[in-house]
Order: sequence, then C-alpha cells, then structure tokens
Amino acid sequence: MSELKVKTMADCLANGETPEILFWVGCAGSFDDRAKKITKAIVKILNKVEMSFAVLGTEESCTGDPAKRAGHEFLFQMQAMNNITVMNGYGVQKIVTGCPHCFNTLKNEYPALGGNYEVIHHTQLIQQLINQGKLKVEGGNFKGKKITFHDPCYLGRANNEYEAPREVIAKLDAELVEMKRSKANGYCCGAGGAQMFKEAEHGDKEVNIERSEEALALEPAIIAAGCPFCNTMMTDGVKHFEKEESVKVYDVAELIAQAADL
Amino acid sequence: MQFGITNVIFLVLLGVTGFVAFKKYASLIRNIRLGKDLNRNDRLGDRLNVLLRVALGQSKMVVRPVAGIFHIFVYVGFIIINAELLEIIVDGVFGTHRAFSFLGPVYTILINSFEILAVLVILGCLVFLARRNVVKLKRLNMKELVGWPRNDANIILITEVCLMSAFLIMNSADWYLSTQVSKFPVVVKEFGLEHYAHSGVSENAFLLSPWISGWMPGINYIVYIERFCWWFHIIGICGFIMYLPYSKHLHILFSFPNVFYSNLEPKGKFNNLESITNEVKAVFDPSFTPPADAVPGKFGAKDVSDLTWKQLLDSYTCTECGRCTSVCPANTTGKLLSPRKIMMATRDRLEEVGRGLDTQGPDFKDEKSLLHDYITPEELWACTSCNGCTEACPVNIDPLSIIIDLRRYLVMEESAPPSELATVFANMENNGAPWQFSPADRLNWANEN
Ligand code: SF4
Ligand code: SF4
Repeated sequence: MSELKVKTMADCLANGETPEILFWVGCAGSFDDRAKKITKAIVKILNKVEMSFAVLGTEESCTGDPAKRAGHEFLFQMQAMNNITVMNGYGVQKIVTGCPHCFNTLKNEYPALGGNYEVIHHTQLIQQLINQGKLKVEGGNFKGKKITFHDPCYLGRANNEYEAPREVIAKLDAELVEMKRSKANGYCCGAGGAQMFKEAEHGDKEVNIERSEEALALEPAIIAAGCPFCNTMMTDGVKHFEKEESVKVYDVAELIAQAADL
Repeated sequence: MQFGITNVIFLVLLGVTGFVAFKKYASLIRNIRLGKDLNRNDRLGDRLNVLLRVALGQSKMVVRPVAGIFHIFVYVGFIIINAELLEIIVDGVFGTHRAFSFLGPVYTILINSFEILAVLVILGCLVFLARRNVVKLKRLNMKELVGWPRNDANIILITEVCLMSAFLIMNSADWYLSTQVSKFPVVVKEFGLEHYAHSGVSENAFLLSPWISGWMPGINYIVYIERFCWWFHIIGICGFIMYLPYSKHLHILFSFPNVFYSNLEPKGKFNNLESITNEVKAVFDPSFTPPADAVPGKFGAKDVSDLTWKQLLDSYTCTECGRCTSVCPANTTGKLLSPRKIMMATRDRLEEVGRGLDTQGPDFKDEKSLLHDYITPEELWACTSCNGCTEACPVNIDPLSIIIDLRRYLVMEESAPPSELATVFANMENNGAPWQFSPADRLNWANEN
C-alpha cells in the first residue's frame, strides 16, 4: 500500500501553502475503525489526482450534528462556533467530507453562524474528478457485479443528491440494482438523528434489519453506501442475516479506490 | 323569474351558513396566530411555483398512483362542479331558472363536463370508502384513527357521494322537465311547470341526463325529485361548509396556503435558535451584548403556543392520510412514533387551547401541554430525523420540525435526554466527539495501517 500523504492546515500555514480544499474527516472517519478505511480511501483518491488538500487533524471537532438532531441546540452552536473560528482562521473556502451528516451541517447550518463555505460530499467530488478526466476508473473486479446503493438520508432527501453516487458506481461497469425504496423514497438505515448513539426505542424490529433485508432480497454482491453510519448499520444487518461472506458493504470511495487499484 | 317565500328561506340559509362559518373560521385563524412569528413571505416566485406544482398540480399525490388518480377525479370534480354552485345561488336568490343557460353551447359543454365529473367523483369516493372499510389499507386503519377520525372520513365520503348523486339527479330531472314537459300540457298546468319549459336547454344537449331520467317515476313526481335534489344539494353544501372546520377535510381549503408557505430550504437544514446564538456569542465574547429586541423565551417547544404559526397551520391542514407514517422507519418497525399522530395531537391540543380561550378568556391556562400530555418522550426519541415524512406528505407538512422543537425542550429545559445521549453530550463537550476518544488522537488514522 502506498503511503498516505496527509497534511494538516497547521502544516500548510507553517509552509505558507494554501490548500485548495479542506478534507473534513468527521468523528466517525477519525475514530471508528471501519470508517477510518473510508477516510483512507478518500485520501488515496485525493493523492492519486494530486489534489492539494489538508485536514484539520486535532483541531477538528464534531460538527455538532448529533447534538442538533437530539435537540441540544446550545451544544451544537458551541461546537459550530468553535469550528467556524478555526476554519475562518485558516481562510477555508471549500470543504469535502465523507460524512453526509457533516456535509449537511457544514453546508446548511453553519452559514447562519458565520461559516460560509462551499461544501461538497466526497461522492460529488469523485464524480467531478471522473467527469473532468482527472480520475480514470475501470470496472476491474466489480465488472458485471450486482451493486445496490443505499441512499443516506442526509445526502439524498435532506440535500437532493441522488445522482452523484450512482454515476460514480456506473463507472465500475457494474450492474446497479435499485431497492424499491430508493432515492427520495429511500429508507433510513436507523442511525440518523443521534440514534447511532443510543438504544432504539421499543419496537418489533430494528430499522437496520428491515433495511438490510430489503437490500439482501436483491441478492447483490455489494451494498454500496456513502455514509459511515449507514455503513455500520448495513454491515450489522448483513451480519445479522449471516451473509457477510457473500455480501460486502463498501463506501463508494472504497469501490473507486479498489477499482483504480490505489 | 318568481320571488317568493322559498327565496327568503334560501337567503336565510345562506346567511346562517355565512355567519356560522365566519365565526368558526375566525377562531381557526385566531388559533393559528397563537403560534410564534416566522417569516415566510420571501421568494414569492418559488412559492407560486410550489403552489402550482404541489397544490394545484397534485404532484405529490400521484406518487401513489391509485389514490392519486382517484383523488384527482374528486379534486377536479369538486372544484369544477362548484362552478355550478354559482348558478344554484343565482337561481336561489333571484328565483331564476338555469340562469346561465344563455351561454348556449358553452353551457351545454359545462353541464356535460359536470355530469361526467360527478360520476367520476362518485367513483372516486366509492374507491376511497372501499380502501378504508373493505380492503382496510393499513395506513388508513391504524390506532390513531380509531373513533372520530375514522367516522369523519366516512361521513365526508358518503356526503360527497350523496351530494354528487343529488346533483346528477337534479340535473336529469330538470332536463326532463325542460325538454319533455311541453308534451304534457295538462300536467304543466296542474303543477305550474311553465317556467321549466323555457330554460333554454335543447333536447339532446346532455349525455347523461336523458339516461338517468329514464329511471325516474312518472312526470307527476319528477318535479318533486328535481326540487328535492336542488334543496338537498344546496343544504348539503351549506352543511359541508360548516362541517369543514371540524374535519380533516379542511385540507381542501388550507392545503393551498399551507403549500404556498412551504419550507423551501433543504430538508436537512434545521433552524438555528437565535436566542441561543446570543448566549453562545456571549460565551465566546464576554463583551457581546445581545440586540435590544432579542426575546429570551424558552428553548424549544412545550406547548402549541411555542410552535410557529406554520406548524399550527400544518396541523389543521393534515388530512390524516398517513403517507408520512407509512414511510416512517420508526413506525414501520413497530415503535410508538407516528408522524401523523404528531400532527393530530398538535391540532387536538390547539383546539383544546382555543376552546379554553373562548370560554375562559385570554388568560386561559390549564395544567396540560402538548409535550407529555399529548406526545410522549418515547415517541420523540424514536425519530431518526430521516425526513421520510416530510417527503411523503402530499401537502408539504413538516412533522419533523415539531419533533425537534419538542426534543429541544426536553433536553434544554427539562434536561431529560435518554441517558446514552447525556453521555454523548458530555463526550462532545469534553472531547469534541460523541465517543470517548481524546481529541489528540484524531489524526491517528493517517499513520495506521
Ligand atoms: S423524520 Fe422522524 S417522524 Fe419523519 S419519517 Fe423520519 S423517523 Fe419518522
Ligand atoms: S402529515 Fe401529511 S402525510 Fe402525514 S397524515 Fe398528515 S397529510 Fe398525510
């Protein structure tokens, strides 16, 4: 595996460099073992196209999304103000992130607090890179494989981005199959609104089991996701049905990184 | 033209309807104004656009084709047939007969389309009745609909079938009288039917009338049928207008303003509470003084008066169709949360507060509140904030915004989040992450294999 080239904003400042884009890693992408792999896949892609980017590293803090959705507005705004102070200090203009929750919060809720940035999701960036010819992908071992894409609520319904991840998957020459509940009709993985961090309320089923069942019914080789939380939820669901040998859950960035042999 | 006692009765009927309706609608508007301010007068072009697409164009109804298509029948039929109401009123007030028939061929086309639409409306209502009572579609038979909501739906559907039938029969009887009556000179004299013969409708003008009138009893009775249906139709419509404000069918009026004032921002964007922004700014900058007009207020919503007028308008607009609930991940996995119930509870509580204000004056207060008495924390905490409900709602209602405002009250005023979330909050405060990791380890991934 090639060495990851990652700079922090502080490094850049010290060297007098201004990176083109800030890569917002997010809490899951920084600390969760499974999500770290997605983070690395994104970095590999950025390295491959030699994009000038930096991360905040230890200066990054949670965007406040779970606090906001759980109703702790005060905590959310404290987090937001902290992050905005740091980012504005570095003169950040453009942000890419691998987490739809960070994406949504940075894009929609930071501006009113003084944080105005152009924010894109990593699937949108990958789509742009492919379309601009900067990143070449061929199907490789995904050719002809059945892939279904699970729309993250905070990318899809919350921000109307349904096409970027699908276009990227289409570049793999794979067979993209849709679940009945997809795009605007998509079904939550069960992690949003701070549910990731608590036991579900009493019911007769877990949301991620319901969703994984729907995905597995298509008998895909791969369930693609674009969110670290969806990824965890779907992975757990696949395990629940003991299908982890035959069905893999990958982030779109991981699919591209693998196909491009990075 | 004859003016007599019937015209007086008619005018009294209209007057009473107008008065009763005015009072009730005024109280609905008063109730909605109990909500907090929210500026939704921006982006006029976008608002007209969404009004055109979603309300007039029914774009979100047809997402579910069966309900969508039959709903369009009922909707178009209802709007267009009400043009006929104008003629009924003119006839009723001035004692004219088919006042608009001077329109000639245009009139023929109009009445024919009314007749066809009336049949389609009846068909639509029968399908809807069947879906509720025979097929028992799940979302139309859930527990929050037991009792009044279910009866309300059935009452209105049956009323519509009756009204449309009355309209069709009235028109057919009238057609018979105006075109055939001259063949029975004796009867004309006996019943005083002369004016029917001069209504200006030609014999083969209408498609359905001749056919329907073929089923009717002899000429001697048809005039009673015609009069009965005429009165039944207009009394029915007056009753309907007075009934509407008590019914989920209020959506036929409120969905238009409700859609016009839709949330046009991305669905994921929640508002940033301004009172908190002031506090947070003060934490960061002790010299910061909040603007003079800043209202401290409470954080989040406990009762209906803590919600915005738009959230309250939403609650009156809800048609209880349950499209929101049928896509809700919490509800579909058996949890207590139902976004439809959130809307119904908000309306029920608002009505209760409104009644209190009516009987006890502006200082009315009771021991109850929307949170806890109508909506429990268990329901609120089951929401994944996925926006499935707001996407599915055909009239752009936003149950999620109410859920979040109530959660805000639970967390910031009552300090009562679920215990795991309390831990998450503490972690975020101390470590800048929902998990207990040191911020110093944030970049470790870059050096791990
Ligand atoms: S936002 Fe909440 S209430 Fe609405 S569908 Fe999703 S989980 Fe249900
Ligand atoms: S909120 Fe909308 S979707 Fe839900 S029941 Fe009411 S009208 Fe139907």
